[in-house]
Parts: sequence; C-alpha cells; structure tokens
Amino acid sequence: MRGMTVIVKTIASWVKVLIFVFGIYIILFGHLTPGGGFAGGVILASSYVLLMLAFGREFVQENLPSAAASRLDCLGAFLFAMIATLGLAFGGSFFVNYLYQKYLPGEPLHLVSAGTIPLSNIAIGLKVGASLFLVIFTLSVFCKDLRCKEPEADSEIGTSAGEKE
Amino acid sequence: MPYALCFLLFVIGLYCAVVKKNMVKIVVGIMVMEYAVNLFLIMLGYRTGGEAPIIDKSHIDPETAQVAASFISSAVDPLPQALVLTAIVISLGSLALMISICIRTYGEYGTFDITEIRRLRG
Amino acid sequence: MAIFYILLIFMIIAAIIAVETKDLLSSVICIGAIGFGASLMFLFLRAPDIAITQIVVEVLGLIILIRATISRDLTFISGDREFFGTVVSVVIIAVIFLSGMKALETKSFHEIQETRQLHPQAVALPDFGTPIYDVTPGAASQKYIQEGLEKTGAANLVASVILDFRAYDTLGEATVLFTSIIGATVILRIRSKKLLEEPE
Repeated sequence: MRGMTVIVKTIASWVKVLIFVFGIYIILFGHLTPGGGFAGGVILASSYVLLMLAFGREFVQENLPSAAASRLDCLGAFLFAMIATLGLAFGGSFFVNYLYQKYLPGEPLHLVSAGTIPLSNIAIGLKVGASLFLVIFTLSVFCKDLRCKEPEADSEIGTSAGEKE
Repeated sequence: MPYALCFLLFVIGLYCAVVKKNMVKIVVGIMVMEYAVNLFLIMLGYRTGGEAPIIDKSHIDPETAQVAASFISSAVDPLPQALVLTAIVISLGSLALMISICIRTYGEYGTFDITEIRRLRG
Repeated sequence: MAIFYILLIFMIIAAIIAVETKDLLSSVICIGAIGFGASLMFLFLRAPDIAITQIVVEVLGLIILIRATISRDLTFISGDREFFGTVVSVVIIAVIFLSGMKALETKSFHEIQETRQLHPQAVALPDFGTPIYDVTPGAASQKYIQEGLEKTGAANLVASVILDFRAYDTLGEATVLFTSIIGATVILRIRSKKLLEEPE
C-alpha cells in the first residue's frame, strides 16, 4: 500500500488533528447530545486511518504506535470493569451509579452531571478506538501474496515477510 | 408495508450468503442481513410525528423541573436504539474477523473460491 | 412517509446489484450505498445517535472490505453452484419469505384496543408509526422515558439506557469486541520462525 502525493500528505496531517479533537468532543458530551462512547471511539480510530492511507505502509510500520495501542485497549477495558466494581464497593451492587446518587450529583444539562456515565463513556471510547486502530493497522501491514510487491518501491527491506511460498 | 420491504432486504442477503461461491460475496451477504436487522429494530420503535429521545431545555417545565408531559407522549422508543447501537459496533468487529480469514485463506490457497479449498494442507 | 419508501427501494436495488454483479469492487461499493441509505433512514426515524454511529462504522467497514478485494490476479469466478442445489435453496428461501410475510402482519392501534377489551393480554404487531411499547402492558420504555432524567441525570436517554439501566449489555459488547479484535490480530500474524530457518 503505497502513499500518496505531497499535497495529500500535508492536508492529511492537518485534518487528522481536527478529526481527533472532534472525536474527543463526541465522547465527552455523550450524555448531553447524540453520540457517546462508541461513535466517538470509531472517529478517533478513523483519524489514524487517514494517516495510514495517506502515508503508505513503511511510514506506518515505523512510526505509528501499535504496542501502545494494544496497551490502551486493555487499559480501557480494565477501566470500565473498575468503574463497575467500585460500584460494588461504594454503592452496594455492581454497576450502581454511585457518583450520581451519593457523592457528585451535579445539575442536569451541564457537563458535570450523570455520575459515572461520562467516565464510562471515556473508557469505552478509549477501548473501541484503540481496538479498531489495531485491527486496521494489522490489516494494512499484512503482506503475503496479496498485492505486496509494488512495481516501483523496493519494499523487501522494511517488511518482515515478503517471501512467496 | 415498510416491514415487508425490510424483510425483503433480509431475504436478499440470505440468498447471497447461501448460494454464492465467492468468499467475499458471502461476507457481503452477511453484511446486508445485518443492515436489514438493525433497520427493522429501529422501525419497530418509531412514532409518527415523534421526537428523538434527547431532553432539551425546552422540554423541562420551569416550575417543577420535571420533564414535560408533551415530551413523554411524543418520544420514540429509546430501548431499540440502545440495542442497535451495540449491534452496529459488533458487526464491525465481526467484519474484521471475517475479512482476516478471507485474506489469510487467499494467501494460503491463492483463490477465493470455496469449492477449491477442500484439500487440507499443513 | 414517502421518504421511507424511496430510501427502502433504493436500498433494495443496491442490494440486488451487490448480489448479482460479477465484479467484487462493484459489490463492495454497493454495500457502501446501502450503508449510507440506512444512515439516512435512521435520521428520518428520529435516531440521531444511531445515524452518527452507522456512518462512521460504514466508512471503516468499506476500508476493511476494499483491502480484501484489491488484488491483482483475482479471476472472476463465474457461475453458481450446481443446478439442483441452487433450486432447492431458492425454494426454501421463498418459503421463508412467505412465512415471514404472514408473521409480520400488522394491526392498527384501534383494533388492538378493541381486542384488548375482550382479551386483556392480547398483543399484536402494531402498524408502522405506533411504537411497540404503546401496546405492551408494563413495558420498560415507559419507565425509562418518565424517570430517566431524575434517576440518572443524563439528558441523552439512550446513553442513560446503555450505561446505567442496561449496563450489563455494554459490558458484554465490550467483551465481544475485544475477543473479535484479538482473533483478527492473531489470524494475521506472520510466523517469524521461517525467517530464522531460511539463512541456514
């Protein structure tokens, strides 16, 4: 998968920041406006997919963090389970919205409200975004008899399995 | 009548997933079935002239700080929307798994045809 | 109501093209058309949460599907399976379609009210335009709409349903997504033992 022209690369690196900030906005305001953790996480992942499509396979393999993404994925799932278990400790049963009922009610229709719902949104958004980034990263650097040898790029040095059977 | 058209979409996807020989066509058929099912679930909860289930400042009574009765009687059903939200994201995960199986099979056998991959290779 | 029929007919035509064409790239693009039609339908069915999620998931799904179909030496696989198998499958699918049409018969809201006076627990599928919790006695959605704001504090009722009233479903969904992504990553792993054996 080779990269694109200089114009596309420049614009992609600017637009990627805007898409990332938009994804964070959709996650944070998930309890007030439509959106939530799932849509916001997918938008975060697609900001990195834009980079992958614009810059090609070698850049992606060297510079984009795939080990950090799998750690963030596990961290998101662990945070979601921890928020639920803390409900058992503070509220009396699993998944109780203890922040809304006891400690921090806030006011409705403001950003600080609804207890543990924004925190759960952040954990789910982190998890979904990191998972989808990881799977598209793996799909784009995989190379085994499926359009690996581009005609003009010498890619045998960078990829780890360019051999045909 | 809209329910019948949605079921027709589901049956078209079922035909594609059962009859075709190409692996990617089978995946396409499964995706069409998933779209039809999500659409059917949301169509079950629709109210003619209803509103989206999101509370705004205009829906709250100023005196009692409760939700206005006009909103309660004209909101669409939020429960099928919650079910379909997770179903859409799960369909993306299962699509990734199916396509990774297809790519790996193409790398080992050289074809997408399912009648030619019957021989076992180590 | 006309917009629903237009979008549904558009999706059915795109589905027929996706199923019958011999070029893989064309059928993948028709899947994209079905997905965008579905997102517009969700918007007109008053579900903005679902419309946002459907569009972004559709875009990523298209990228994943195209990754599998861009291949240089992909021959067009012509013809279907043998004739007898195709005929049996089509007959069975026709039977499924006719029985589905019978099962999805709808009654209007007034008929259901009148039948309810004779048989108090009668339930039927209402016409398109009446939500299903209006005809089900003791439905949970009534409580979610009436008490959602004061019991959870969230203005988005769908978010309060998936993260407070029915949070177990979200936990199950996170687990399923986690497992399928692990499966996809493991399948596409390249065994590096071959690289160690080759120079020797």
